[in-house]
Amino acid sequence: MTHTDIKSRIEAEFGASSVLDTIENATPKGLVVSIDNLQDVCLFLRDNEQTYFDSLSCLTAIDNGVEANTIEVNYNLYSIPYNFHLLLRVIVARNQEEADLPVIPTVSDVWKTAEWHEREAFDLVGITFEGHPDLRRILLPTDWQGHPLRKDYSTQEYYHGMKVDY
Amino acid sequence: MSTVQYTYDPKHLEASEPTKYKPEDLTEEQMLINIGPQHPSTHGVLRFEVITDGEVVVDVVPHLGYLHRCFEKHAESMPFNQVIPYVDRLDYVGAMNNEHAYVMGVERMLGIENDIPKRTEYIRVLVAELNRLASHFVAIGTYGLDIGAVTPFLWMMRDREHILRMLEWVSGARMLYNYIWIGGLFYDLPVGFEERCKEFVTYLKPKLVETRDLLLSNKIYVERTANVGVLSRDLAINYGVTGPMLRASGLRFDLRRIDGYSVYPELDFEIPVGEGTVGTVGDCWDRTWVRYRECEESVKIIEQCLEVLTKEHKRTRDYDPRAMVPKKIRPQAQDFYVRAENPKGELGFYFRADGRNDVPVRCKARSCCFSNLSVVPEISRGVLIADFIAIVGSVDFVLGEVDR
Repeated sequence: MTHTDIKSRIEAEFGASSVLDTIENATPKGLVVSIDNLQDVCLFLRDNEQTYFDSLSCLTAIDNGVEANTIEVNYNLYSIPYNFHLLLRVIVARNQEEADLPVIPTVSDVWKTAEWHEREAFDLVGITFEGHPDLRRILLPTDWQGHPLRKDYSTQEYYHGMKVDY
Repeated sequence: MSTVQYTYDPKHLEASEPTKYKPEDLTEEQMLINIGPQHPSTHGVLRFEVITDGEVVVDVVPHLGYLHRCFEKHAESMPFNQVIPYVDRLDYVGAMNNEHAYVMGVERMLGIENDIPKRTEYIRVLVAELNRLASHFVAIGTYGLDIGAVTPFLWMMRDREHILRMLEWVSGARMLYNYIWIGGLFYDLPVGFEERCKEFVTYLKPKLVETRDLLLSNKIYVERTANVGVLSRDLAINYGVTGPMLRASGLRFDLRRIDGYSVYPELDFEIPVGEGTVGTVGDCWDRTWVRYRECEESVKIIEQCLEVLTKEHKRTRDYDPRAMVPKKIRPQAQDFYVRAENPKGELGFYFRADGRNDVPVRCKARSCCFSNLSVVPEISRGVLIADFIAIVGSVDFVLGEVDR
């Protein structure tokens, strides 16, 4: 099984527009999938007998910076019975305003691991996960301002009367 | 230089981490109890918001972040080799294992993982397994302490002290070593270390049996832990639970065997799984039992490493542990996910390198304790408060790694 096999399986199920690209310079190799049917693709990959990706190893949100103006989320899937890794990636526009953060459907119904990892991505990178059961900040205080892993992040001046940059 | 000023405002007294349940959400019988952040049974600064109905736990909401030290933000501002001391501070009772995982990832990105001398690899595995022992000793000892057994804790700390002193002899530090470097080691083992380590193994073996007899087969202990906090295998996988916790739920899954990294394929060891000896598969007793059995397996690995390090790859004058350490660490542009078996589970790093810089663009730590902790609310609903403490202890998390 290779990532191109999985690509053709997904395309056979969800149409040619569901997989946007393959990722070759990554270990494990992966696929860029469309944001529209992310949840369905994940469920398909988990429950299909030929793939059976039963665990989500890691969920990484990356800000590509102001110039590229995109944010991506990388899902490292792992199939325990087949001992096979796959990287899934979705890319969205990098919205700056707090009321208008990029929106990605949650996969926490598929893998419960994602529940806390998505909260972390929301907290540190600033992505809203649509349909998440409990999207609150997880590592930073609730009243913190901004999302520190954004490339153009600058700290707030005062937090509860304490100077942040001293 | 200006001094740090604080101006008082009544608003600053508002909690920065409010409870998820508001008083109006609770029914008449329910009560909201905060356990932590300064409570000995939470093993660090972790706060559980527990909704109780009498003695019964209705829901648990963990509040993390009290020990957040911005590891990922720091890692984005310094070269790969300078991140290693920060990696130590993730799971600070198993620092050698963290270093091993991180260093392996960077070496694979550079493509030098096959050029590392065998002696270096064996020393890495030796110190990592010693550290695994120390970590499991903390886990088993403090777990006994959580449910009222003080003696095993003192005994385990006594044996851990031997390991810490040996690792101090190797690296110069007791807990946060910075010993395993990208492409090599800080130093060779000190002269006489192998002999000292062999003596320690001889000393430790009967002590492990003593611990088993004193704690694990103790009737009070068994009654407190058997059939408590049963975690089914499917639930464990779905929550991304790894390490001894997953194995206690009955899945023989150990990355040292599955991925076969470093020199683990050349070593002979078993992978213990939970069998429900005194209760159900995946209960609190099984989790501690798996950790105890892993200590025995680690001792076996240490013995084999010492055998190799004194015979086949013994100390020579021309062995230089820093020979392969690259002067410039600049991986090609790529994404890389590396994972390794830590004492507590799968520690993974997701790297992104851009090929133009020595500094990672992104370095995400997939922490095992973070995922292991996330299953606690699921298995704690409907148990007694005393059992809840037993469940929390059996997860064996380190807040340094949960909060990063």
